[in-house]
Amino acid sequence: MEHLGLWVAAFLTLGIYSFLYRDNPWYKLSEAIFIGISAGYWVVTLFWDNFYGKFWVGHGEDPWLWVGAVLGFLMLLRLVPKIGWISRWPLSFIVGATAGLWMMNYFSSNIMLQVKDTIMPLFGSGYTASAYDIVGNIVVAVGTFSGLVYFFFSKEHKGAFGATAKVGIWFIMITFGASFGYTVMSRMSLLIGRMDFLFSDWLGLIK
Amino acid sequence: MKRQVPLLITLFVGTLLIFSVFIPPMENIGENFTLFFDIIAVFAFFLGGGNLVRVHISKLRRRKKDYGYSIITLVGFFFMLIVGLFKIGNPGGIAASVTAEGSIFQTTFTTVLIPLQSTMYALLAFFVASASYRAFRAKNREATLLLVAAFIILLGRTPFGMMLTSWVPDSFSVLQVPNLAIWIMNSPNLAGQRAIIIGIGLGVVSMSLRLILGVERTYLGEDRG
Repeated sequence: MEHLGLWVAAFLTLGIYSFLYRDNPWYKLSEAIFIGISAGYWVVTLFWDNFYGKFWVGHGEDPWLWVGAVLGFLMLLRLVPKIGWISRWPLSFIVGATAGLWMMNYFSSNIMLQVKDTIMPLFGSGYTASAYDIVGNIVVAVGTFSGLVYFFFSKEHKGAFGATAKVGIWFIMITFGASFGYTVMSRMSLLIGRMDFLFSDWLGLIK
Repeated sequence: MKRQVPLLITLFVGTLLIFSVFIPPMENIGENFTLFFDIIAVFAFFLGGGNLVRVHISKLRRRKKDYGYSIITLVGFFFMLIVGLFKIGNPGGIAASVTAEGSIFQTTFTTVLIPLQSTMYALLAFFVASASYRAFRAKNREATLLLVAAFIILLGRTPFGMMLTSWVPDSFSVLQVPNLAIWIMNSPNLAGQRAIIIGIGLGVVSMSLRLILGVERTYLGEDRG
């Protein structure tokens, strides 16, 4: 059984890689299997984890859980064209709750906390930071401020404002470069993982 | 009824959650609502599954191009659904976890889904390589900065980067490629990320207000009939 599993995994792995040559039936087959299996996997996992684990087990103790179940059921009414508009109710519940939750969370974590962490002391009694840290803190403060200036489009980027925005774009470019470098590294490690599977686990060429 | 009720629900729920932050007895309301989300998500996934079936059956009926692959997709979907919901081939029976070791559901996950998923992502390595070629042509100052930052980060995470600058004395250790990569990550990269994060935060706050106050209504879609 384990051997069959290895061959299936290798067949599908090579099927996906065959796309590098061009779109072909082997790739399409692997893609179709991927879509079907993953959709089924997530429906089943959410059913057992969320519906059974959270609602079915807990609704006796917490009758409020019925609200979630009823709203979820209303969402299915989208499949009935005549009364499909009722499915907007659970949707607006999700939108309203997400907006309310995110507004406060983002305000505290993405705005207030980030501003607080950017404005760091450079020196003072009881503050012991190395020159390396101080330079780093200055770079972070200047970069964050100029980056924000770049994102401010209500004023034309001219003069001192434009020069600050220019510095901001340099910092943002470095950020994009760093993110790009990281993405390349992570994709390469995945590729190495798949190659290791093919040459070591499947073919046994690498011991 | 079709538009006013949803707008009122959004206004009520959004306002309630904002006020709950300031009223201690209502603090847990956010957690309860998150639980509702989890339950609603199940139905949303059922709806998604239903749509998948509908789209592929319609493709089959109309004998559209490549309709044969729709059969494969539907077989895969129903196979996982039946095996998972009825826990067929589960060593511990219906009482055990659906992801129990040795179950057909879990075996399919490890032998089919994991290889497919990681290969799909790994495939991107080749497209990233082609994108790198285009991005790494330093046409102007901004592109050069992107190139240099990416190059240092890539080099700094490999043994070659360490080897390349191992001769730099310890007193100038910051100039060693791995340390330079760490500095880039912790200072200029952090600054750029903060600017983006604060920008996103401001965007989320304003969009949330627009949604709660009913200014933004596109999520309701259009009325038909």
